[in-house]
Amino acid sequence: MAAGKGPDISGKRLTRQDYAANFADLHPPLDDHGALVEADRCYFCHDAPCMTACPTSIDIPMFIREIQAGHPKSAARTIFDQNILGGMCARVCPTETLCEEACVREAAEGKPVKIGQLQRYATDIAMQDKIHPYVRAMASGKRVAVVGAGPAGLACAHRLAMHGHDVTIYEARKKSGGLNEYGIAAYKTVDNFAQKEVDFVQAIGGIAIEHGKALGKKLKLADLQKQYDAVFLGMGLQGVNALGAKDEGSDGVVDAVDYIAEIRQARDLSKLPVGRRVLVIGGGMTAIDAAVQSKLLGAEDVTILYRRGQEQMKASLFEQDLAQTRGVKIKHWVMPKKVLIKKGKAVGLRCEYTVEKKGRLEGTGETFDLPADMIFKAIGQTFVDAAGGALELSGGRMKVDAERRTSVRGIWAGGDCAAGGKDLTVAAVDDGRRAAESINAFLKA
Amino acid sequence: MSDLRSTFVGIKSPNPFWLASAPPTDKEYNVVRAFKAGWGGVVWKTLGEDGPPIVNVNGPRYGAIHGADRRLLGLNNIELITDRPLEVNLREIKKVKREWPDRAMIVSLMVPCNEEAWKAILARVEETDCDGIELNFGCPHGMSERGMGAAVGQVPEYIEMVARWCKQHSRMPVIVKLTPNITDIRYPARAALKGGADAVSLINTISSIVSVDLDNFAPMPTIDGKGSHGGYCGPAVKPIALNMVAEIARDKETHGLPISAIGGITTWRDAAEFIAMSAGTVQVCTAAMTYGFRIVEEMKSGLARWMDEKGYATIEDFRGRAVPNVTDWQYLNLNYVTKAHIDQDLCIKCGRCYAACEDTSHQAIMKEKDGKRHFEVIDAECVACNLCVEVCPVQDCITMVRMTEGTDPRTGRKIEPSYANWTTHPNNPMALKAAE
Repeated sequence: MAAGKGPDISGKRLTRQDYAANFADLHPPLDDHGALVEADRCYFCHDAPCMTACPTSIDIPMFIREIQAGHPKSAARTIFDQNILGGMCARVCPTETLCEEACVREAAEGKPVKIGQLQRYATDIAMQDKIHPYVRAMASGKRVAVVGAGPAGLACAHRLAMHGHDVTIYEARKKSGGLNEYGIAAYKTVDNFAQKEVDFVQAIGGIAIEHGKALGKKLKLADLQKQYDAVFLGMGLQGVNALGAKDEGSDGVVDAVDYIAEIRQARDLSKLPVGRRVLVIGGGMTAIDAAVQSKLLGAEDVTILYRRGQEQMKASLFEQDLAQTRGVKIKHWVMPKKVLIKKGKAVGLRCEYTVEKKGRLEGTGETFDLPADMIFKAIGQTFVDAAGGALELSGGRMKVDAERRTSVRGIWAGGDCAAGGKDLTVAAVDDGRRAAESINAFLKA
Repeated sequence: MSDLRSTFVGIKSPNPFWLASAPPTDKEYNVVRAFKAGWGGVVWKTLGEDGPPIVNVNGPRYGAIHGADRRLLGLNNIELITDRPLEVNLREIKKVKREWPDRAMIVSLMVPCNEEAWKAILARVEETDCDGIELNFGCPHGMSERGMGAAVGQVPEYIEMVARWCKQHSRMPVIVKLTPNITDIRYPARAALKGGADAVSLINTISSIVSVDLDNFAPMPTIDGKGSHGGYCGPAVKPIALNMVAEIARDKETHGLPISAIGGITTWRDAAEFIAMSAGTVQVCTAAMTYGFRIVEEMKSGLARWMDEKGYATIEDFRGRAVPNVTDWQYLNLNYVTKAHIDQDLCIKCGRCYAACEDTSHQAIMKEKDGKRHFEVIDAECVACNLCVEVCPVQDCITMVRMTEGTDPRTGRKIEPSYANWTTHPNNPMALKAAE
């Protein structure tokens, strides 16, 4: 930090071309040739491990065989049957810890079939079609309210619409998509894909989305229960965990989630200020996304600080590699103690080394200071109970059963706001679909 | 270092790898490139009688079957014999042979089935100083409609007759190329021998339609909406060729008749197998047309290395070694019992063995053990069919292990160390008669 000048936080650190290149598609899509070569690698396993590993249980060997046999649209149909947001999941799923980790070619030669890329290939082709692949069942006359237009809500709404029910989605934010639109690193979902996918889901018909309507404010759960035949809650997590470090409310200490949303919504990335020296506190995907994107925006030094070791990081090895190859440094076994401030602005962080003793994490007492212009908090989000205590919670989130029914009859929940969730897009989609099937059975009973 | 030199019906070549009569050997340019690349010899693409040159189609000539990653497994063609003037071909053959005296130069021939036509061309070919001739009695398309190629090869009497003319009217070694488009390869082979041929070469291509264009409903390759059957070759035909070579090699009448083997030879291993089945030389076409001439380097070094490892100094040291082991089913040892065994360390748990066995065979593989994905053979159900071995993507993961003692858990019968075949089996009504 230049003496006396204060924190260095600014935009326009790069040329226009650099911004474009840095935020281009992380994995360019497979072309026809690439897809066929890759599809040929699939062994069409019996009771395939990849399929078991997929939270939405997509019949992966079948869809790959369909690509191989020249019918990518059939492949897409196989994918959408289980996961209507298969396009986004193909882009953002940590496949390296799901289907591709389970792929027998990973065991055989350390190189799994590129399942995610193949899924994207098939879904991209199908989504270019003007005709939606599903036809709605006869109108049931039943109406369902869905709270949250994120992955869980959209998946739930689509399946309900398919079964002939009319759905109204209430979404707090201006745009639909939830974390698909506001979370997730920009380079994973380029070309406004999240909105295109929402349009694709809505194309089935019977799904209305009302924006600017958050549960708990004007929208009351009790009213929804009265007005609708069933309710699905998929509003995600609204709160952010606190660091527990002194002065964490200072200027220059930013919620990573908000910053990621800003990047996603930015029309001109050069106008987005980023610190010269950035610290990111956390060990999950959000930490990685914030760190890597800060670097891509032109930050000079970016360091992730994580209180435990590399193995405990929630971010996959692939994500950790991605960060490190982009020049992000990852420091393990350290925790924040105190934000260092100057004239009310954060200028650094006092950290303490940590150690694990009998499973408990504690500080060693030894501290060190790191200068910083910007500090991101990425230590997890929390559930804010907008239902006003009407529903039973478990581990701080809404308790649900295997069919995603809450403790209250007629109300289902899924995605990050439901207990037992995996905090993954694909898991939220699975919740939404399962809840929709349960709701459908309930409505038709 | 082993010696790859070959002498086949008196024709010497530095190695047994010849290029078969086909587009790669149609002209000086290609043949010289082949010799530079190291091929031991060529069979020059079939010459026809003097006169207006042959006409080929101007649309596509080839169709194919592909495996994974578009690996070419089978190739089909509707090309005819050389469409270049006879005189040009003869001039080039003479020139190339003079410049490459150590390489085998065989000339493939196909003229109408009358003595004069053969006599006329033989005289002219002899002037090229080539090493021998190969009679194309195999081409299954186009030429056969004109009474040549396979039309001759399908009638043993014609084979014998033409072979005899060629021996009468020329001093050159005569190789008769056989068509596989017959029911029993031994008849044309015997006819060739009777006619005085020095050797046979086989197989020529197999009549085939490789695919149908589903938009135009026509065979591929499609010429203006129509397609005609072609000749099939490439890796897919190797098993057919190997069987036919074996049939000739173990036939009482033709045993010992020199064979130049053709049919899907792609690597040194294929070549070694054909030589083990008594071939003196091997002819290659599709592999070269797929990958270029350089593949001969792998073939030569691979064969030499294998021979070194096995201690074979020359090709003759192992040639024909597999022939005595080709037998009829009725002589196979029915007391020989094996069971499939899955190497758990090599198993990648794809479950294809399970799917194959459970759905289509003998329900002899379990898919789970202690709640975990685990594939293991159930000896009490395993008939040792080998299907699991063949569908397993990992080489040597599943092997057949012989039972040498105890009881076969499937049949409950004691393992007999003695040899016993169908001819003496109690269930064989013929065996009972023989016993009476």
